Amino acid sequence: MNVRTRGRRSSTPWADLWVHLTLRGTAWLVGLAVPILIFLVLTRESLPAFHRFGFWGFLRGHTWDPASGVFGALPALTGSLLVTLLATLLALPVSLGMAIFLTELAPRRLRPFLETAVELLGAIPSIIYGMWGFFVVAPLLAATVEPALQATLGKIPLLKGLVAGVPLGVDALTASLILSIMILPFMSAVIKDAFQMTPPLLKEAGYALGATRWEVITGVIIPYALPGILGGAILGVGRAIGETMAVAFLTGNVHRIPTSLLDPLTTITVALANEFTEAHSDLYLSSLFALAWLLMLISFLLLLGARLWLHRTLGEARS
Amino acid sequence: MTRIPLHQRRQQFLRRRKIKNVLMLGLTALTGLYGLGWLAWILTDVSLQGIRHITPALFLRDPLPPGMPGGGLRHAFLGQLIITTLAVLVGVPLGIGAGIYLAEYGKYRREGRWIRAILDVMVSSPSIVIGTVVYAWMVKPLGHFMGVAGSLSLAILMLPIVAITTEEMLRMVPDPLREAAYALGARQWQVIRDISLPAARKGIMTGVILAIARISGETAPLLFTSFNSPYTVLNPLKPMATLTVTIFQYAMGPYPEWHAQAWAAALVLVGGTLLLFLLARWWMASFRRPQGSA
Repeated sequence: MNVRTRGRRSSTPWADLWVHLTLRGTAWLVGLAVPILIFLVLTRESLPAFHRFGFWGFLRGHTWDPASGVFGALPALTGSLLVTLLATLLALPVSLGMAIFLTELAPRRLRPFLETAVELLGAIPSIIYGMWGFFVVAPLLAATVEPALQATLGKIPLLKGLVAGVPLGVDALTASLILSIMILPFMSAVIKDAFQMTPPLLKEAGYALGATRWEVITGVIIPYALPGILGGAILGVGRAIGETMAVAFLTGNVHRIPTSLLDPLTTITVALANEFTEAHSDLYLSSLFALAWLLMLISFLLLLGARLWLHRTLGEARS
Repeated sequence: MTRIPLHQRRQQFLRRRKIKNVLMLGLTALTGLYGLGWLAWILTDVSLQGIRHITPALFLRDPLPPGMPGGGLRHAFLGQLIITTLAVLVGVPLGIGAGIYLAEYGKYRREGRWIRAILDVMVSSPSIVIGTVVYAWMVKPLGHFMGVAGSLSLAILMLPIVAITTEEMLRMVPDPLREAAYALGARQWQVIRDISLPAARKGIMTGVILAIARISGETAPLLFTSFNSPYTVLNPLKPMATLTVTIFQYAMGPYPEWHAQAWAAALVLVGGTLLLFLLARWWMASFRRPQGSA
């Protein structure tokens, strides 16, 4: 007998059914009940705030003033979107380049090491990024890059406002830069997967026509992998918008809509991390829950969209 | 108007294409270097700053009042250990169970595909939100922060990671193996217990290690659940310090002694998570290869 029965004859249909139902229950709990409960709890807790300010009123509110009990999500929401957008813009070209380098250019022997190195970048805990950014990168940017930006961009009339303010290093620019490094590995991993789906035959056809490597990359591989690149970008956005600790050190948590790259700002995650335990009134706490609810909704929809999109375009073969 | 001969124009064109090729490929190599550069920079800084401040006292002593030199972070190390262990005890069995269901029963069911899609989303969902939810579930009704609440939020974060890896590893087990067992008269749960799980054991363990590495670095979900404490606390029903929250507190604090200890703790944390990660990677590679070549 290859299949052990462990001593006793326990192969009654009941055992089979029992195992099936237990596992099914676990899967439903993990995959459906927990996410649904998360949304229900967040909704219940944020209702008082939505009730008080109105849904759109809360979303459009400019003021976040715990002292007078007025809470509006707009500064934190724009902060989150701004930092995420900048980080994605910084990370997308680089991760595209990294994916090209890793799939087409790097010597075959070196590839596993390089790939592991890139993954390590994603395995470093985000608090380390935040702390290191705060102690090392922010002072450096404040002393060198930001004054340089002001000296160059600051002279151009239209772009002047972008770099106005005191270069302190704790601002949108630094936060986005650190965040962009954190999402590099995720984006480049998806893009790399998409690149590897290109049929070799197509590439070889390109080379046979006399195309250079770069021409094959831009003319064959990138068009073929475009859906994957888009999916990777959305995945990166979804990751970045929920990131807390990397930006918690670097934004200054100021509830004001930034007008310059050098302005301090806040994001939903940073506001939660800094204020949640200090919320002294029920309305304050509820407003923070409402921010959490917004964040969860945005990232859930983004990630679900990216996932469905990737699966439709790249197929099941990806896993 | 002088006309350049055709063959010369063609040569010029070819040269331009070649130069562009080299330039652009060089640029992609630079992006690779850019990524590696950041990795090297952050690791060197953490190592250099951290190693100077790692002392035996760091692991053996409790902290002294703020601003006084000396003392250690024993409370944070112990707290991290207790909270992570409890999270693993809850998260791993549930995650593996869900993964088994998805791979063995739910493969061809719509329900299985939907659960898998939701898990894929949950795996990247904002961890700080989980913290707020657990706060509303446990901390608010009971009136105080506690270690188990931190464990619960880490367990929730772990579930999708463990479930997804378990499913993927079980899917790599070839179906003929299962069919052979069915042909011998085994029931489905016997096939799972005696065929699928043993074949995928190493892979599932890898997933568990990866999940532990991931949750050990999490800070945000602990801020409002296990909170913090300046003492060594062994009772998980009380607020507890963890390494990550302590790093946050110390790095943001005004005292140079705190900063020094934060760097030391950061080095321990980075070293630990990266070692776990590399161990899992190396393990994964060691058993994927023979299957891939067969």
